[in-house]
Amino acid sequence: MARVVVDVMLKPEILDPQGQAVQGALSRLGFTGVSSVRQGKRFEIELDGDLDDATRARVEELAGTLLANTVIEDYRVRVED
Amino acid sequence: MSFDTVDNARHTPDEDQPWAELGLKEDEYQRIREILGRRPSSSELAMYSVMWSEHCSYKSSKVHLRQFGEKQTEAAKESLLVGIGENAGVVDIGDGWAVTFKVESHNHPSYVEPYQGAATGVGGIVRDILTMGARPIAVMDPLRFGPADAPDTRRVLPGVVAGIGGYGNCLGLPNIGGEVVFDESYAGNPLVNALCVGSLRHDEIKLAKATGVGNLVVLFGAKTGGDGIGGVSVLASETFDADKPSKRPSVQVGDPFTEKLLIECCLEIFAEDLVVGIQDLGGAGISCATSEMASAGTGGMHVVLDRVPLRDPTLSPEEILMSESQERMCAVVEPAKLDRFMGICQRWDITATVIGEVTDTDRLVIEWHSETVVDVPPRTVAHEGPVYQRPYERPADQDARQADAPTAQRLVRPTTSVELRDTLLRLVSSPNLAAKGWVTSQYDKYVQGNTVLAQPEDAGVVRVDEKTGRGVAISTDANGRFTKLDPYAGAQLALAEAYRNVAATGAKPLAVTNCLNFGSPEDPAVMWQFAEAVRGLADACEALDVPVTGGNVSFYNQTGEVAILPTPVVGVLGVIDDVARRTPMALGPEGESVLLVGETRDELGGSEWAHVVHGHLGGLPPTVDLQRERQLAEILVAGSRDGMLTAAHDVSEGGVALALVEMALRGGRGARVVLPDDVDPFVALFSESTGRAVVVVPRSEELRFTDMCVARHVPVARVGVVDGVGDQAELAVQGQFSVSLAQLRTASEATLPALFGPSVG
Amino acid sequence: MARIGVVTFPGSLDDRDAARAITVAGGEPVPLWHKDRSLAGVDAVVLPGGFSYGDYLRCGAIARFAPVMEMIIDGAQGGLPVLGICNGFQILCETHLLPGALTRNDSLHFVCRDQRLRIDSTSTPWTSDYALGQEIVVPLKNGEGGYVADERTLDELEAEGRVVARYLEVNPNGSRRDIAGISNAAGNVVGLMPHPEHAVEPLTGPSTDGLAFFTSILTRLARA
Repeated sequence: MARVVVDVMLKPEILDPQGQAVQGALSRLGFTGVSSVRQGKRFEIELDGDLDDATRARVEELAGTLLANTVIEDYRVRVED
Repeated sequence: MSFDTVDNARHTPDEDQPWAELGLKEDEYQRIREILGRRPSSSELAMYSVMWSEHCSYKSSKVHLRQFGEKQTEAAKESLLVGIGENAGVVDIGDGWAVTFKVESHNHPSYVEPYQGAATGVGGIVRDILTMGARPIAVMDPLRFGPADAPDTRRVLPGVVAGIGGYGNCLGLPNIGGEVVFDESYAGNPLVNALCVGSLRHDEIKLAKATGVGNLVVLFGAKTGGDGIGGVSVLASETFDADKPSKRPSVQVGDPFTEKLLIECCLEIFAEDLVVGIQDLGGAGISCATSEMASAGTGGMHVVLDRVPLRDPTLSPEEILMSESQERMCAVVEPAKLDRFMGICQRWDITATVIGEVTDTDRLVIEWHSETVVDVPPRTVAHEGPVYQRPYERPADQDARQADAPTAQRLVRPTTSVELRDTLLRLVSSPNLAAKGWVTSQYDKYVQGNTVLAQPEDAGVVRVDEKTGRGVAISTDANGRFTKLDPYAGAQLALAEAYRNVAATGAKPLAVTNCLNFGSPEDPAVMWQFAEAVRGLADACEALDVPVTGGNVSFYNQTGEVAILPTPVVGVLGVIDDVARRTPMALGPEGESVLLVGETRDELGGSEWAHVVHGHLGGLPPTVDLQRERQLAEILVAGSRDGMLTAAHDVSEGGVALALVEMALRGGRGARVVLPDDVDPFVALFSESTGRAVVVVPRSEELRFTDMCVARHVPVARVGVVDGVGDQAELAVQGQFSVSLAQLRTASEATLPALFGPSVG
Repeated sequence: MARIGVVTFPGSLDDRDAARAITVAGGEPVPLWHKDRSLAGVDAVVLPGGFSYGDYLRCGAIARFAPVMEMIIDGAQGGLPVLGICNGFQILCETHLLPGALTRNDSLHFVCRDQRLRIDSTSTPWTSDYALGQEIVVPLKNGEGGYVADERTLDELEAEGRVVARYLEVNPNGSRRDIAGISNAAGNVVGLMPHPEHAVEPLTGPSTDGLAFFTSILTRLARA
């Protein structure tokens, strides 16, 4: 049993109104000194078997075609123990 | 074995049971023991506790609601295909078409979690309509919040609106009307009522009965999880209290995508006539669906709870029975038709499982892990719950409040032209009367391509038959302040206003639904308000020959000792032969005549003026004259049908002044207005007398229209002429003041964005 | 009569409205199911508005992998005219038949409004019945309508006359360069955020300005 985590974030140059809204809320809650907030997505994928190279490569491929829209998003794949 | 069974219950009669924590009273618990002849198993206890909660059993309201059926006239019954008692009433609209509609509340969940509370409210009412065999075609949402500038309103309102939009838009249902009202008494107890209307052919009506021994009980839709466990009994049947633990875990989370698939799946299933009965799972989930269907049908049902598809495998049988996971339906299917039923579910990727079958034992028997955990007579769960005769008493201060009339001596009235003009602008920009685009632009009003009129028009009008143009109009109205001053009259006034609004668009009012929002039924003063309101509404429906087809009661809308304003929301549905003939509200071409139909009296009790300018609530609400409303409606419908009317708008909150402003802004046109000289200008402009409408007629039709009013002994007077186009056009009240459309528009449209944020809508 | 396919994905909403618009324009709408592996010989395809797959993951991200999309991508690359409206536009961007992407409205609110637009290209088969620069009013209704692309792409779209429609008076969603619709290089694939299918009947729409999207394609097909 292996778990793979894919983090997806909007590319830095893309407007992130949700992140901005969160930043505004933080400041209204008295949390000052925040220069920026960006909001992204985290996918937790539980695999039945162990993670071999082929599966790892497949996850990377799916991360780049389905989980993230690489026109506007960056992604990172990590294995969790 | 770590769960309680019926067998175990038989052998351990003295076991302590958490009936109080589950919301039951001692006498109710004892009654369950009497019915079963033993103590209930914990699954049975869970079932009774949710089904006997106020929200599900209507125990405090039943004795009063009977009047809706008892006072129904023969004329009213004519158009009713399905009456009170089913998921929603069904009304014949002619040509073999029928519509089903209902309004329901989701108040408490929306305070706790505004987005999901409101979203699942939409989901629930849509399923009620779907379950009748209809395609849902439109939604509307009467909303009430605390003061517009209160911090908590800033938390609740945007979430509620986003939730309604988020769910309704994703379902593809146009939002065609509703209201947004602000009042102190709703702070802490927002009212989120949701209405849905659906259309169907006469022979497509489905009922929630489990008939036919051996027929299969199929649960389909979303998987069952821990949503809203105890939401019904814990949330809706108790007031909020600062000391009790957070209510958060009891809120349900909705998935509109699944519901959209469910709608399409069901409609295909209905088209192939594959179900004997169908019920949606709302409050009380599986407990409700199984007991209600068994009770209404052949009488018995056998269910294997293990077959329920679960999202959370750790749920106990009690939790499964109480779960309020959304987007689930329960159908009774003949064995021969099962394959085809399943095939359609598969096409739409909807999970569907046979969980039981219909029996003739007159018992609802449910098994878990091969043990019987429920064995009850279904009628006692679903239809023979407790019936309370709650004490009610006219409040001691009612007389004093009614005596505190807003006379000229009591409240300073505007007398000069400047004062009248200022009063107008003040009312136009007040939150209750201001433009609601901030809210309504978050709703899709176009989807399905049949919306002919939507907010801010008097009623939402949708086309039902593309070939003939046949359609329906719906309006929802309520006035909590009027109802507080006089609950009997207040409820009648709500009906009168909705009835008038429907007629104003050219539709003939046909049927009524209602959502009765009140405080705690344990407070005799609240109970008195409720009893009077129901009596008033039933009497008014009788007088107007319109049937109540169904509705909803929401009690316990109060925090501590302070109840909300008694708020009976009344929805009226009307039919229009050809929607192309509908009457919009916008001021029409220049030179056309503006007429006021009806009579104006000095009636400012509970008015917007008294509230906005003086914060005053006293006196009596405007007089109810149902005969006049009926005549007015006939005039408006005939005028529309015969092409005499360019526009029509009912006169209500804010009086004739607001009606004119709204018509002017809608049409981008001004008017030169001449007030009648036998009425004080302030009264002429701001009185809220009933039975009135402002209409615009071409000069060529003026005589014909006036004759029609005279023939019915309804007063009619020319009050002006349409004059001026564009933002520099003016509303000019002769001898008093004039104000440009630009200024009126700014006053009206700036209020909500200033409070809740910019809007591009 | 020209046959125009209208695809229904799970969650599509404006498919029936698109079909109605095609009928009003004088064409024959052909329903296509997302699982179909054939386009039934249609002459053009409309990807309608709605919330395919509930807009989960990203709008259009899941629909873009539907079996029917394989045929449509193939066809489009071979010149088949395709119009993507709203969710359809989102799907076309996810397939990369069109460049850029649609993101959350900058206001963070869903907005439904009667939107003024200017038609900036009449050389696509979907807009040839308009006059260049024609101003129209068409309903707009979305929560994720902000068109974004990098500067190079935006410049390319402008330079090549591939901006098909632009927002006027009010930019309702933060779209770069006020872009409401674009086409691919060949011009046969058009993506449009507003809903022309809701502006084909005076009774139910703010105008009938949207009808020309559907008459254009019929005119073009009649000529072929």
